Amino acid sequence: MRSRGFSGGVHPDYNKKMANSRSIREMPLPDELVVYFSQNLGAPSKPIVKKGDEVKKGQVIGESGGFVSTPVHSPTSGKVVSIEKRPSPVGSDMLAAVIKPDGSDEWAPECDVERGNADLDGEKIKALIHNGGVVGMGGATFPTHVKLSPPPEKKIDLLIINGAECEPYLTADHRVMLERAAEVVDGASLFASVIGVGKVIIAIEKNKPDAIKVMERAIQGKDGFSVASMDVIYPQGAEKQLIYALSRRKVPAGGLPMDVGVLVQNVGTAVAASEAVRYNRPLIKRVVTVTGKGISEPGNIMARVGTKFSDLIEFCGGMDADTMKIINGGPMMGIAQHSLEAGMTKGTSGLVLLTRDEVGQYCSDPCIRCGRCLEVCPMNLNPSHLSIFTERMRFEDAESYNVMDCIECGCCAYVCPSRRPMVHHFRRAKAEIRNRVKKAG
Amino acid sequence: MEENIEGRDPQVPSQKKKEDPGPRFLVSSSPHMHDGRTVSSVMRLVLYALLPASLFSVYLFGLDAAKVIVISVGSAVIFEFLAQKLMKKDLRITDFSAVLTGLLLALNLPSASPWWLIVAGNFFAIVIAKQLYGGLGYNPFNPALIGRVVLLISFPVHMTARWVTSSPWGVDGVTTATPLAAAKESLATLGRIDVAFGKEEIISLLLGFRPGCLGEVSVVLLLIGGLFLIFKKVISWHIPVSFIGTVWVMTGIFHLADPTRFADPTFHVISGGLFLGAIFMATDYVTSPVTKNGMLMFGAGCGIITVIIRLFGGYPEGVSFAILLMNAATPLIDRWTKPKVFGAVKPEKAAA
Repeated sequence: MRSRGFSGGVHPDYNKKMANSRSIREMPLPDELVVYFSQNLGAPSKPIVKKGDEVKKGQVIGESGGFVSTPVHSPTSGKVVSIEKRPSPVGSDMLAAVIKPDGSDEWAPECDVERGNADLDGEKIKALIHNGGVVGMGGATFPTHVKLSPPPEKKIDLLIINGAECEPYLTADHRVMLERAAEVVDGASLFASVIGVGKVIIAIEKNKPDAIKVMERAIQGKDGFSVASMDVIYPQGAEKQLIYALSRRKVPAGGLPMDVGVLVQNVGTAVAASEAVRYNRPLIKRVVTVTGKGISEPGNIMARVGTKFSDLIEFCGGMDADTMKIINGGPMMGIAQHSLEAGMTKGTSGLVLLTRDEVGQYCSDPCIRCGRCLEVCPMNLNPSHLSIFTERMRFEDAESYNVMDCIECGCCAYVCPSRRPMVHHFRRAKAEIRNRVKKAG
Repeated sequence: MEENIEGRDPQVPSQKKKEDPGPRFLVSSSPHMHDGRTVSSVMRLVLYALLPASLFSVYLFGLDAAKVIVISVGSAVIFEFLAQKLMKKDLRITDFSAVLTGLLLALNLPSASPWWLIVAGNFFAIVIAKQLYGGLGYNPFNPALIGRVVLLISFPVHMTARWVTSSPWGVDGVTTATPLAAAKESLATLGRIDVAFGKEEIISLLLGFRPGCLGEVSVVLLLIGGLFLIFKKVISWHIPVSFIGTVWVMTGIFHLADPTRFADPTFHVISGGLFLGAIFMATDYVTSPVTKNGMLMFGAGCGIITVIIRLFGGYPEGVSFAILLMNAATPLIDRWTKPKVFGAVKPEKAAA
């Protein structure tokens, strides 16, 4: 079989053994849920409940704030204690509904109802997915219904279900494929029917042979479905790299997968879509891998959206006193947390607790131009030059060296012997360039 | 908590008392993992790679060689320390870059070098070529080569006329010319190349039993060091292969055209400082291109200039000048070989 990879990439220690054999455990209701109104990439949703309101599980508490937006639902039944800004996983405080569960966990009447196949056409499925608040659960939280609405001139002929899970430590997608294979396939079929593609590939890194086997069994009898075993290399699960590895198509710089006729959806998203369409259950919980040397009992936890990190950690037996860094997401692209009061979002795929001996505190040195970053950059950029341009505030030069195409995978910083904060520089350069474009009108 | 959070100001100290700050965590930008390679580990790997050739030079040239190495490394480190101290910069002696510069300069000197020559060379290498330009990472020219070339131009007698033939532990050393100088001289006096180049000569050239700088002579050990660096992914093959390849091909063409005036290409490749230069000096990170295509161009440019100097220039050897000249071209080469971003080419039509 030909190699299913791409140029560049790195091989970090995957450290998945801590959690990959732990079955998904359902977490009991915490005392308080912090549900942010901004749960997707794009416009945040608009609050439609106020302090003191009683809400049911699955009830809409925030409406879509535009086309590239999704509604937000109450993760359980209870009382809205307040609508206020709370520390969030992305660093700044964000507007959230603080909900105190009443313990009955009672569904809103319209939710949790099995639906027949009768009136299911593409538009209906899309509407159900939108109403269910489904977003990309690999971490990007892009609204799924938008991805399912390509303009008519873009003909999609390949659907990729992304189960690569190349982020070190994380095993949530792995467990989802093992334990909820039927729903993954069902969600994939729904996506396929909406956009009318016949070819569906479920892409899994080779280091998950059990998941490959289970998914192969699950697609038996499904026409056009196949499972692809992918090279184990980070960032194999990055959209453009995954598409290239599977189809040798290159998404044009600045373009989208649909420009080369491909749609990519995460396995967790497929499950969420299946739940939303078949049972009218909105996306109010997800699997999150709580792992790392700092946690007592690593595992894969089915937790409500809005569950505070402190509660997640407590459910997993508490943390080691030596815990030094807590990351929302994986260690390559995730965000270090300053507060455990933040609540998980629809995009929280993991909570990684690193201990003192695993995290380095270091100063960045000048670039010695070793060129390792160029070798590993999956977007074929020149991170060395880009970081120097950014340091010297030469943002035009950074732009002409394609900093906007950086996917922030972190390979460059991972290998940098001078420990330069490459991704940080590039985020800054991108923000500066966007601001200038905005100012220029 | 019922208080209005929006009105909360984290800078008000009274609130610090009210709230338990809780556990504190390290916050930094992603990624949160690193492969562990540091500047100092890179430098140490290069030092390891140079170790065989350095130790063997003591065997070939005796204690004189050890003296040159010790004085050179010592003075490089002291200059680095003093320069950083005087310029009020962070001390970075532990990154081993000064040790490496000192060792490389030592390997580029004759074994009979007097101590002041070595110290002067390191002054230029470390203080002028490196620290005054901003230190490691900012120097446009290879510091060790600047040191060597300054000495070569300022003290030609010490640098080119006092070669000692190598012999076990340096006991029977006699003063002679290097093979390249001998070839050049015979061309000037006799009008033709007059150097023996048989199997025996090739073997002693490869092993290092010939006059020359400390580190340039043992081609085999340099090659082993180079392969070690490539295996450890410290350097890539691009610069050494294109540099040595260009020299071989170009001198080969001249040799074919006129074997009496131009020496055998293999002689050119193994008789001078080419291996030391191509593997350890031209591959210096800071002063060579970062792109693979750029590295190929850089190596080829080094090769062309080396051959021109050797065949038509005033000096018998041209590796140092060639690398320094190409150092100057490095920023341009980098700009010229800017990598094409993934997806920059128009994608082929849908069916792949």
